[in-house]
Amino acid sequence: MKLPLMGVINLIHETEEMGSLTASRCLATVPFAGRYRLIDFVLSSMVNSGVPRVAVFAHTKFRSLMDHLGSGGNWDLHRKQNGLFVLPPSMEDMTDFGKGDLYQFYRNRDYFARSGLEYVVVARSHMACNVDFAAILDQHREKGSDITVVCKKWPHAQTGLTRKVKLDAGGRVVEMQDHFGRLASDLVSMEMYIMRKDLLMDLVETSLAQGKDHLVRHAIVPRLSELNVDAYMHDGYLGVVNTIPSYYRHNMELLNPDVWNELFFRPGPIFTKVKDEPPTRYRSGSQAIHSLVANGCEIEGTVENSILFRGVKVRKGAVVRNSIVMQNGIIGENGRLENCILDKEVEIRPQQQLRGTSEMPFMALKRNVI
Amino acid sequence: MSRNECIAMLLAGGEGRRLGVLTKDLAKPAVHFGGKYRIIDFTLSNCVNSGIETVGVLTQYQPLVLNQYLGIGSPWGLDRREGGMHVLPPYVRQKGGVWYKGTANAIYQNIGFIERYEPEYVLIISGDHIYKMDYSLMLEQHKRNHADATIAVITVPWADASRFGILSVDEEGRVVEFAEKPKQPKSNLASMGVYIFSWRVLKEALIADEATSPSSHDFGKDIIPKLLADQSRLYSYRFDGYWKDVGTIESLWEANMDLLEEEPSLDLYDRDWRIYSVNPNRPAQYLSPEATVLSSMINEGSVVEGHVNRSVLFHGVKVGEGSVIEDSVIMPGAIIGRGAKVVRAIVGEGAVVGEGCQVGSAASEEIAVVGSGDVVKLEKPLEEANPI
Repeated sequence: MKLPLMGVINLIHETEEMGSLTASRCLATVPFAGRYRLIDFVLSSMVNSGVPRVAVFAHTKFRSLMDHLGSGGNWDLHRKQNGLFVLPPSMEDMTDFGKGDLYQFYRNRDYFARSGLEYVVVARSHMACNVDFAAILDQHREKGSDITVVCKKWPHAQTGLTRKVKLDAGGRVVEMQDHFGRLASDLVSMEMYIMRKDLLMDLVETSLAQGKDHLVRHAIVPRLSELNVDAYMHDGYLGVVNTIPSYYRHNMELLNPDVWNELFFRPGPIFTKVKDEPPTRYRSGSQAIHSLVANGCEIEGTVENSILFRGVKVRKGAVVRNSIVMQNGIIGENGRLENCILDKEVEIRPQQQLRGTSEMPFMALKRNVI
Repeated sequence: MSRNECIAMLLAGGEGRRLGVLTKDLAKPAVHFGGKYRIIDFTLSNCVNSGIETVGVLTQYQPLVLNQYLGIGSPWGLDRREGGMHVLPPYVRQKGGVWYKGTANAIYQNIGFIERYEPEYVLIISGDHIYKMDYSLMLEQHKRNHADATIAVITVPWADASRFGILSVDEEGRVVEFAEKPKQPKSNLASMGVYIFSWRVLKEALIADEATSPSSHDFGKDIIPKLLADQSRLYSYRFDGYWKDVGTIESLWEANMDLLEEEPSLDLYDRDWRIYSVNPNRPAQYLSPEATVLSSMINEGSVVEGHVNRSVLFHGVKVGEGSVIEDSVIMPGAIIGRGAKVVRAIVGEGAVVGEGCQVGSAASEEIAVVGSGDVVKLEKPLEEANPI
């Protein structure tokens, strides 16, 4: 059912330490889980929840983003009414790049004004989760909140970079700090903020007029005492994917069938760009166990505890262990990988052996031949 | 190729009677094949890859699944502003309406559709066959020969020749004789049911055939013999790739198994000739620590916790712990329970083979079939039954 809620996926200054994985792409399009890009999770959640209109604030390195999203058809967002809007930076000069996200809201205020939808959810791209925004909006209205922040009990704060949140007994947010802050709390913000559209525009204009330009840091955090900011507790799976260890860890967690089911199917399916790859081919002599394998692969060697993206070839005698191999990777005959992350289209020559550790996986850059 | 130089008419009303339970609720072109596809994907993809972007799909028997699958043709890039894919069921006119009485009559009833595009040539194909073919090469030859009709032919084993329309040709490839399913075949060149006609000639022939009584209004039985008798310029076009009519359970199973050969003659991995299909959009397949998979093809969204050998698994299949699947085809969403054994079988879409059950056997000549949505259960719960 259509919700009176518009989505914004805000890619401006996303917090990340992803090294070479974001050398040629933005965080939103980092390949994840065998066939997805990170943005697919929040985008599919919005679509499945009935959010009819989604804007993506593109910022830097967004060629892969435009390619991936296209007209939004894969998410059923190529619509006459509402649908997908990719809003690239509307800068006047290069110094605008450094400015905060409130400028982007401000410069696109016509976009918000033109929509008749009453509420806005502002989200980030790097939360691997499957969320029902309808339930969040319900709570928001029932509680009469000004702002609802989606939160998660999160004992893994060491791997991903997250804002920490402290609540009072009634579930109201009383304190929120960036990832480097000293606030002791096992509750993190999933960086999804629901509020009325007119409150958002008020915050945008007021904060900018005060010389402040960051939505969460400048418009929300200083107003925790004057606005009703409530937490919505997400109890499904969460992966905060913005560092290399968290990237590795949350990919590997998908080898647990419960996580696989929860992230990909509940409450709705996760959609991505269709590639028309044939099914994966396992040849005689292949040994593949405890792995996630996307379509279009050809496996003649051994694969264990690994994630293979679409079109990966594992040749005879090759061994891939505890590794992530992105699209169209080739592991030559008798090659060996252990704890590696290979970016797209990496070729490992025959007999080559590469090894990292689970804390610091070996990283191969896009299109490397090793 | 200019836009409407050649349009395709795809016959997709086939009942596929010999596929039994697999075509109970759907037409033969909608039958699943190759871990991901439906049979019609091959001809539709061939059209697009050959540059033919106006395709009429003629439906009649059990069209619901097929209609939903085809939609407006977007998965094949056939949702076009002009042309594109059109589903053409029989319809009622001022003087009433009739079902399609035969392949030729189906085209006859759609003369109006074809004329809207004013094509010079019409490609007639059927949604029942699995093959990859560049129709633009056939069209080139048709033009070079100044032919009235060109028939694609493939060499078949002499023993099978009497199952096909058989052509005798001269050294230039011109057809000198045509016999539909002859008892004593004079050649082993079989018609693939792929024709290119110059539209002017075909239109005349269709109108003449419609006025002829009796006629079965069929291309192989009526139109081609008549054109030949009239000394029309009929040419053959040799095709030497993989081509299969998957009309029976046996041949459907075989065609799936053909894909598992070391170097399959039907290459699905050719990036320059992709076979498009409606994408189920499921996550990457999951193999458990206990799984073994050998010489098989598996599609996305499947969960394998058992043993799979020489088999084709479609999307969303669940293979329970300790189960064994050998020499089988498991269609979308089917569930194979723990400890079950499936050998030399086709398990239909959404079917369930319960815990500990056995379907098919290696010794059996026949391919076992579990119909779509059927449930195979043990009469006694697993603990009490004999272990398998």
